[in-house]
Amino acid sequence: MASDLRDTIPTFGQADAHRQEEVSVRNWSALSSVSVARSGWEALVIVLVAVAVIGGAEVWVRAAGIESYVFPKPSEIGRALIDNFDLFRPHLIATLRVLFSGYALGAAVGLVLAAVITQFPFMEKVITPYILLLVTTPMIALVPLLILKLGFGDSPRVIAVALAAGPMVMINSATGFRRTDLGKIALARSYGASTLQIFARIRFPLALPMIIVGLMVGAIFGLLTAVGAEMVGSGEGLGNRLMFYSARIQMANFFAIIVMLAVMGILIYVLFYAVGKKWASWEA
Amino acid sequence: MVQQQRPDVSGGPGAERSGVVPFPAQVVAPAAARPTMMAVEHATKHYKTRTGSVHALEDLSLEVAAGEFVCVLGPSGCGKSTLLWAMSGLHDLSRGRIVLNGTPVRGPRPEIGMIFQDANLLPWRNLWQNIHFPFEIKKLDARPYRDRVRGLVDLVGLTGFEKKMPRELSGGMQQRASIVRCLSYDPSVILMDEPFGALDAFTRDEMNLLIQKIWMETGKTIVFVTHNVTEAIFLADRVVVLTPRPGRLAHVFPIDLPRPRSIDQTFSPGFIRTVLGIKRTIETGAYAGDETTQAVGIELD
Repeated sequence: MASDLRDTIPTFGQADAHRQEEVSVRNWSALSSVSVARSGWEALVIVLVAVAVIGGAEVWVRAAGIESYVFPKPSEIGRALIDNFDLFRPHLIATLRVLFSGYALGAAVGLVLAAVITQFPFMEKVITPYILLLVTTPMIALVPLLILKLGFGDSPRVIAVALAAGPMVMINSATGFRRTDLGKIALARSYGASTLQIFARIRFPLALPMIIVGLMVGAIFGLLTAVGAEMVGSGEGLGNRLMFYSARIQMANFFAIIVMLAVMGILIYVLFYAVGKKWASWEA
Repeated sequence: MVQQQRPDVSGGPGAERSGVVPFPAQVVAPAAARPTMMAVEHATKHYKTRTGSVHALEDLSLEVAAGEFVCVLGPSGCGKSTLLWAMSGLHDLSRGRIVLNGTPVRGPRPEIGMIFQDANLLPWRNLWQNIHFPFEIKKLDARPYRDRVRGLVDLVGLTGFEKKMPRELSGGMQQRASIVRCLSYDPSVILMDEPFGALDAFTRDEMNLLIQKIWMETGKTIVFVTHNVTEAIFLADRVVVLTPRPGRLAHVFPIDLPRPRSIDQTFSPGFIRTVLGIKRTIETGAYAGDETTQAVGIELD
């Protein structure tokens, strides 16, 4: 007998009432309203505004006579980015390595935990406070401790990234997995669906929009933590370079690194936005 | 699949306009010629909820003949849906049992198809993929059914919409798709849980005509739960009226209107008299005979 339906009085309607309030890929943040230019004219305006902002900064820095060690001219930052990229590359790779391995670990554990835990409401009640604790605690604070325990290799930073990304993925995915549409589950049960089939064909697709949001937030938190951990204790990585260049007042290089980090963050966002559009566009 | 000969189906266009049809009021067992498809035996159901126990059904017994169209009618919360869910094997009963084709129902059965009030199309699949959902769950090869499915899509008027996503379809179209999805794998019993309750009156009439047509062409056994008296009489061979919670059998009304029935017939005096009789039965929880309709003070005929 279908355990998820046993004591469900078959009156529907209220089950769907909460759906509007839920977060999805589309309404997750103000940023998600950003969309691709619809016409050549729109694209032209977007490019013109970008040129005006960057060019304006250039003109303003020159006109106000701001010193390069306070705020370098955009042109200097651009030149540093191109000329010194060979110097930055190993650090970029180091950061990406830590980010990917930590994120893969954290996201996988978070996702599986969310899928399992939401099937057992009592277990969820017991575990959720600790997940919230992990979400709210800045994981950078743990890095010195992790270094003491794990040494100076990648592992303390990988663990920090996993601890930052995992709970974010978990808490959002759990929200998704908790969305149970009893009508659709009853439908599948009436065809004799197994619990696994219901998970794969109903629960998982229903949760997918929230899972994608969780993966996106997790990736961005992972990036923040990776850079922070490199600033606290590491011989390499973009975070380490930030400390290195600011200590030497090489502000053009410093800002070049910031530009690279910003681009990484935007790429993460764009990637998950595209994934959301492809796999969760039904929820619009 | 038992194909039943129904003599009353032969009524042509003339039969539609035959006007007043007498409705015998006594409880009749299903016609002896038809074998019993489904039997509900002393069904009792209690739900356990946070605030205590809900007594939904009490000692309800019912037989449905093969090829019969039975409507279950009752006030809201009387256990109509509970009865249907128990018949489908989605719920177990606290006491009593359901017998389908001679074997007790202990879980979902392949010979049963269900249609719910919500069309329950999966929003991430297009219409064609939704129709094939049962085949995926049942791990059934859909290829031998292709012509059948195309014919059904055509029958309900959805040809050309196969690639549309559910949110691009109206409520009526979604419900049509769910009917196709239910019929696609050819179940012999169809259980319908207030399928048209969320539709507007015009769409509802349209859907009722469609269901009548499908039933006459396929000879399926249909149990149809509704709280709309007119709809129940229009569709049913027998209308089963339940009492308020806990649901017991209040009365069974045989409906002898010739088929195919038209929406116009629902305005005939005989039809309205039956509506009133059923309404009285629902209100009082027991059938008190034909004279109850007189109390309303409406001059009939």
